Amino acid sequence: MSAEIAEFAKDANAWFAENAPGPQDFMLPLTFMEVGTDQQFDFLRDWQRKVYEAGYLGAAWPKDYGGGGLSQAHQDAATKAMKAHHTPIMFNTIGLGWAGPLILDMGTEAHRKKYIKGILSGEDVWCQGFSEPENGSDLGNAQLRAVREGDEYVLNGSKIWTTHGHYAKYMILLARTDFDAPNKYAGLSFFLSPMKVPGIETHKIRKLTGEHGFTQTFFTDARIPADGLMGAEGAGWQVAMQTLMYERNAKGGQAGGYSITEIDPLEILDLARKAERGGKPVLDDPVIRERLVDFMIDAQGHRQSMARAKIPPLNQDCPQAIPLMAKLSMTEYAREINEFALSLQGTKGGYYVGEPNAVDDGYWHRHYLNAFSATIGGGTSQIQRNIIGEHALGLPKTR
Amino acid sequence: MSDFGQIGFTEEQIDMLNAAERFCREKSPMDKVRSLIEDEQGYDTDVWKEIYDLGWLGIAIPEEYGGVGLSMTEVVPVAEQMGRRMMHSPFMSTTLAAQAILAGGTEAQKSEILPQIARGAAATLALSEQNGDWELAHISAVATPDENGYRLSGTKTFVADLEAADWVIASVKIKDDVALAIIPTNSIPDGAIRREVVIDETKRSYELNLDDIVIGESDIMDVDKTDAALHHIHLAANLLIAAELTGAAQSCIDYTVEYLGTRKQFGKLIGAFQALKHPTVDAFVDYQKARSLLYTAAFNFGKQGEGEIATRMAKAKAEETLSFVADRSIQFHGGFGFTYDCDAQLYRRRAIFLASQYGDARYHKQKLADLLLKA
Repeated sequence: MSAEIAEFAKDANAWFAENAPGPQDFMLPLTFMEVGTDQQFDFLRDWQRKVYEAGYLGAAWPKDYGGGGLSQAHQDAATKAMKAHHTPIMFNTIGLGWAGPLILDMGTEAHRKKYIKGILSGEDVWCQGFSEPENGSDLGNAQLRAVREGDEYVLNGSKIWTTHGHYAKYMILLARTDFDAPNKYAGLSFFLSPMKVPGIETHKIRKLTGEHGFTQTFFTDARIPADGLMGAEGAGWQVAMQTLMYERNAKGGQAGGYSITEIDPLEILDLARKAERGGKPVLDDPVIRERLVDFMIDAQGHRQSMARAKIPPLNQDCPQAIPLMAKLSMTEYAREINEFALSLQGTKGGYYVGEPNAVDDGYWHRHYLNAFSATIGGGTSQIQRNIIGEHALGLPKTR
Repeated sequence: MSDFGQIGFTEEQIDMLNAAERFCREKSPMDKVRSLIEDEQGYDTDVWKEIYDLGWLGIAIPEEYGGVGLSMTEVVPVAEQMGRRMMHSPFMSTTLAAQAILAGGTEAQKSEILPQIARGAAATLALSEQNGDWELAHISAVATPDENGYRLSGTKTFVADLEAADWVIASVKIKDDVALAIIPTNSIPDGAIRREVVIDETKRSYELNLDDIVIGESDIMDVDKTDAALHHIHLAANLLIAAELTGAAQSCIDYTVEYLGTRKQFGKLIGAFQALKHPTVDAFVDYQKARSLLYTAAFNFGKQGEGEIATRMAKAKAEETLSFVADRSIQFHGGFGFTYDCDAQLYRRRAIFLASQYGDARYHKQKLADLLLKA
């Protein structure tokens, strides 16, 4: 680490030590997909703005568009400091992590000027319009219709599982511009679309936790500017695939911070210490101990794999393997460890959020159920296995 | 997350990786592996000579004793690539014996034996006994003082590559304490050695009857260092075994993927079926983690605390990974998988054998629990 980065890291650590908000009297979302109330939204938006203004978000993005104009190593140091101080998540993930890098990598100068700063400050919230009620894993079959009329496209159809749909000012949108294309992929186009225009309506969907968090979005003769087209008309599938590379952490360029709080296996140790079986701590049970160690090995294996991905000589055989497996590995681990946390609560495993006797206010129950948002969203774990099998191992295509 | 060691690498390690990758691929094609299974000696004398001419036996031996002066960090890629190509030789056993002498030998023993090893003399360890216990201090072989030194008795098992070795380092009890005795193999009487039948047929393993072997006073290693030496041997062995397992997992995945991409049923390549594809991917993800843990262990091996944690994690993960990959490989090869000709059995047998040496995954997880899960 250079002296300059070390200095930056030191400043960042001091800033987060001073400014990291402690526990609140309401539950803070652990992932960007769990923002369900205005209170949570307002809090996270204020926090993101504060971090951005301090220079610890978008540090590596170009200065001309609102970034810090520093290096990725600077941003990595800032993100590390956030983790060390257990700060809340950076909620505007779809902007910071997916749309932002996409716009920087392949948008026009006008796109960059218009969108980047608002993404970083949190002023412009972004959402994603990929999945449709009838086309989820089969994303390439998306049917939302976009017809060009002069300087506009007219949209008709519906998108679903729209995280932040209710709050978003912009959407990255996959739509069908050509219904006669030689194959389903070739008929797709990709748009940076405004949300607050006549004809776009969002309807809240209640999640399995009982809370709100995403929407179904309906488009009825909604008119959006044609200059929001990303790439050529008909090239939407390639743009969407690149977006998913950012989303699955298979490609870099994100603004920084984290949008999903990782669970450290040591965090559930406390549960195992407190819970009793036959008057003894569950932590004395050899089966429980082995399982805890399994989680530690898995978490360490994941973490060191992410680090190995940045060491080319230790990756020669298949450089894309680790980036492609990142999402599957991380999200399945989160689901499993949250589920295991429930089994460490004895009878109290039966409580839920809102019950005064619940362990940690039902934190683990909520996070277990919410963990499915990540094993399903962004391409299910089953789709991820197809992708890894076909792209990293060269196995024959399933479809 | 808590600090269990961070991955890193050395330039020399990458050089070793590249050299070993090529050497093992060229010298140990699978038909060669198969023919050596039928060979009593079990390794190719010419290849063995090349290995020590390359200086690989001396990688982790300090320069003052004629070695290269690197460390186990740089031995790992060699062991990994040998494991990947199922290349057998006395390399592993000799490397571990050298580590034992470095950790627990007297200055005289180091000066005498290590330079010879660095030049190509083989050596091995005799630590296991009939009780099958992985705790290396739990033994019953005995060294009894007599006028010329010590008279040994008892039986050691799983002595790797004994026929090739010039020395065997055996754990014995002197009164109540465990000591390590360096036995020149030319002092072993006829009939004291029996080749064991082990599940991994590429390996050579022997039972050694110590009765009536007499050694000198100066053949006992430093008794004050026995505990530390045994601990070091245990970890070094597990590090090399993790490397072998990880390398083997990689080639077993390649072998399986090749079949899934060529065999057709119902008019489709069977790798297109998710019932076969998804477990193969899970194995591949496990392998990537195993390799990351291996190189984390290699890089941190010399560090107190992190080295032990990282090594145990690497062995546990690598063993579970190869066991799973090879088990599925047998299954996915269908009827052919049930035959001796299918290589899947070689990998499955290798995983079982290496699990049995120096502690299996569950044993290491228990040790990790004691290290990491403080009440």
